[in-house]
Amino acid sequence: MSNPIKNVQENNGVVIIATEGYFNNVAGDAVLEVFNQKLEEGKVNFLIDMSDSKVVNSIGVSILIEIIEKLQSVDGKLAFTNLASIVEKTFNIMGITKYCEVYDSVDSGVEKLS
Amino acid sequence: MNKNNPVVELKLPVIPDIELSATKTAEVIAKHMNLSEEKTGEISMAIIESCINAFEHSKTKEIFIHFIVSSDKLTIKVKDKGVGFDKSKVEIPNIDNKLNTDERKRGWGLQLVSELMDTVEYDSDETGTTVTMTKKREDNE
Repeated sequence: MSNPIKNVQENNGVVIIATEGYFNNVAGDAVLEVFNQKLEEGKVNFLIDMSDSKVVNSIGVSILIEIIEKLQSVDGKLAFTNLASIVEKTFNIMGITKYCEVYDSVDSGVEKLS
Repeated sequence: MNKNNPVVELKLPVIPDIELSATKTAEVIAKHMNLSEEKTGEISMAIIESCINAFEHSKTKEIFIHFIVSSDKLTIKVKDKGVGFDKSKVEIPNIDNKLNTDERKRGWGLQLVSELMDTVEYDSDETGTTVTMTKKREDNE
């Protein structure tokens, strides 16, 4: 099975996590692991780039709710970019977008989060 | 059901991510029906969630999916021969209630299917569950 984390970068204090493939429980746990490592290093602003994850399921997305919860306690932010329309619709139905911004590109996300 | 309506049937064993094979089938059928990309995505997501629910809760080793193409809509049936469930006992999820509480973060499947499809019906007893969902060809039908 391929790694669901395509790459992890930092730009102006924003951690950019790019995912790849089906965003299921495996991908959600992989993002959570990276998030926890970066949170321990003091990072509190996160941008998830889902340009290469066009299909999600609710189990994977539910793991993102844990991340939102943890970031609320440290006054941090989680945002998304390059969402497929069905993924954004899923996020709307689940209420993710009540707590997270969605940006058109990595650059605009970094600009707003940093 | 009209005998001339094309029907596609799948039998899926419980193996990781097998629901994606059903979404591939749905994409081919949606293309045949000239459904929009938006509708195709909604159908695929509803199938994923229905399959996951069946895999997780039915306690069976396989599920069955029927795609029935008709002139005005696509009907999809996701069946299992499992233990059934009581839909009235499934709470409507709300993210506000899931944050900063002990409430489990999961439990979104039925809500997603309900919002993404035009109609959804559940027929469930101790011999199994059938989810019947439809997507209209046109928005104004």
